[in-house]
Amino acid sequence: MRRELVALLLPALAAGCAQVEMRGTGDLGVVIERAAGRVQVVDTTARASLGSVAGLGDLSHASVVYSRDARFAYVFGRDGALTKVDILQRRVAARTAQAGNSIGGAIVQDGTLVAAQNYEPGGVKVFRADTLELVADIPATYGVKGERSKVVGLADAPGNRLVFSLFDAGEIWIADLSDPRAPKIDRHRDVGRQPYDGLVTPDGRYYIAGLFGEDGLALLDLWHPEQGVRRILDGYGRGSEKLPVYKMPHLRGWAIAGEFAYLPAIGRHEVLVVDTRDWRMVARVPVAGQPVFVIARPDRRQVWVNFAFPDNALVEVIDTETRRVAHRLEPGKAVLHLEFTPRGEAVWISARDDDRVLVYDTTTLARVASLVVDSPSGIFFTSRAARIGF
Amino acid sequence: MASTTATGRRALHALAAVVALGVPLAVMAGQAGAPAASGAPDPSRQRELVRLLRQDCGSCHGMRLTGGLGPPLTPQALRDKPSDSLVATIVSGRAGTAMPPWRPFLSEAEAAWLVARLREGDPHAP
Repeated sequence: MRRELVALLLPALAAGCAQVEMRGTGDLGVVIERAAGRVQVVDTTARASLGSVAGLGDLSHASVVYSRDARFAYVFGRDGALTKVDILQRRVAARTAQAGNSIGGAIVQDGTLVAAQNYEPGGVKVFRADTLELVADIPATYGVKGERSKVVGLADAPGNRLVFSLFDAGEIWIADLSDPRAPKIDRHRDVGRQPYDGLVTPDGRYYIAGLFGEDGLALLDLWHPEQGVRRILDGYGRGSEKLPVYKMPHLRGWAIAGEFAYLPAIGRHEVLVVDTRDWRMVARVPVAGQPVFVIARPDRRQVWVNFAFPDNALVEVIDTETRRVAHRLEPGKAVLHLEFTPRGEAVWISARDDDRVLVYDTTTLARVASLVVDSPSGIFFTSRAARIGF
Repeated sequence: MASTTATGRRALHALAAVVALGVPLAVMAGQAGAPAASGAPDPSRQRELVRLLRQDCGSCHGMRLTGGLGPPLTPQALRDKPSDSLVATIVSGRAGTAMPPWRPFLSEAEAAWLVARLREGDPHAP
């Protein structure tokens, strides 16, 4: 009798203490306030901010992955701090200063491990997703002197594997974390000069690294890593001088529309369209500037593109049927990121220098909401929790 | 476009001022922490330059200039690097690296002003 009473009262007391509203997280997300070191928790149904969580450090170039229950956001800060944020209670659940300079992270297939990719010291560190206890340290060493490379393009792949690229070494590594405390590394050398970012396809089969130092991309078939890295889109610039690059494109969140992948061309005002069945280029779409993010609406009918400085006030919408730019928007000053709601009826766009996040209806292209956010950069919705490579 | 032209005009003014004073750019840039030289940008341009530094240089060097894909730009990191070569790197870029030329957006005098601010640490506008 008494035990029953306790069982009844406990959840009520716990909820009362933390004052957590009973609700799901499927329509929630976070927006990075890069200068303030804070995230705002947002509701994509109400199109409103629910509150913020502060004290997260240097969040310039911060990125986020979600726990598989979509309650916790793992925020990777530039200063090497990894913070686990409870978006329901809007508080820090765990935090670790794990490196001097970091650029992002990933969560493995079964959700038990998160990993940070670091510039300084160069490598990958793996943590328990629940406590953030360090599980494995994978230094990105290369060359005869054992130098350490900056790590970029970290992504999760099926089989609790992580795949990442070594910017300084020109290598791609696959780390198999079946035994988390003893990662098995499969190392691919000479993949091309200066891989600057990478991605895993939505089906988890292919890893692609963009190359800054040459015209082309490196492709690895994760079903057959023994076949090694293949070069695709070799010489897409046709040997012509590329334009100065004022901001590196980002490949994660890339666009696959049907059989076709839409990729940012580096140093060119172009989006490249590639047939994923044979990895040949089928079209080049002229756009307003150098693309940074090229992202498909979830139904694949549109691909949205933002641009590097100095064209970063613009966003263009490519119609995937005609493969041409169908619309151009000017959402605000310094557009840094965009994120679709889970089924794509709306897109949220951060305009850093206007201190605004703008929400657009993707059918009518009408602006339907505007939120005040301090220097917003990345926008991350919880629907990422269920996606391979996010 | 209009802003580029305006920048160009400002650059000309700044250069003209330097030439009139007969001060070589490298020497001016070397005067770390010195009071603003007569070639210094006006306050509103200084704010633009600091914003450019933190936000756009910051894409690679970090908003707090502690490094990223590009090296850190802290006073300690720059200590052994001569100002004229830093100015040249800013305006002309560095071949074989990801550093692009910023000449379309700032003049040598403005780059020298930024280098002096970087040497002081924690660059900020007036």
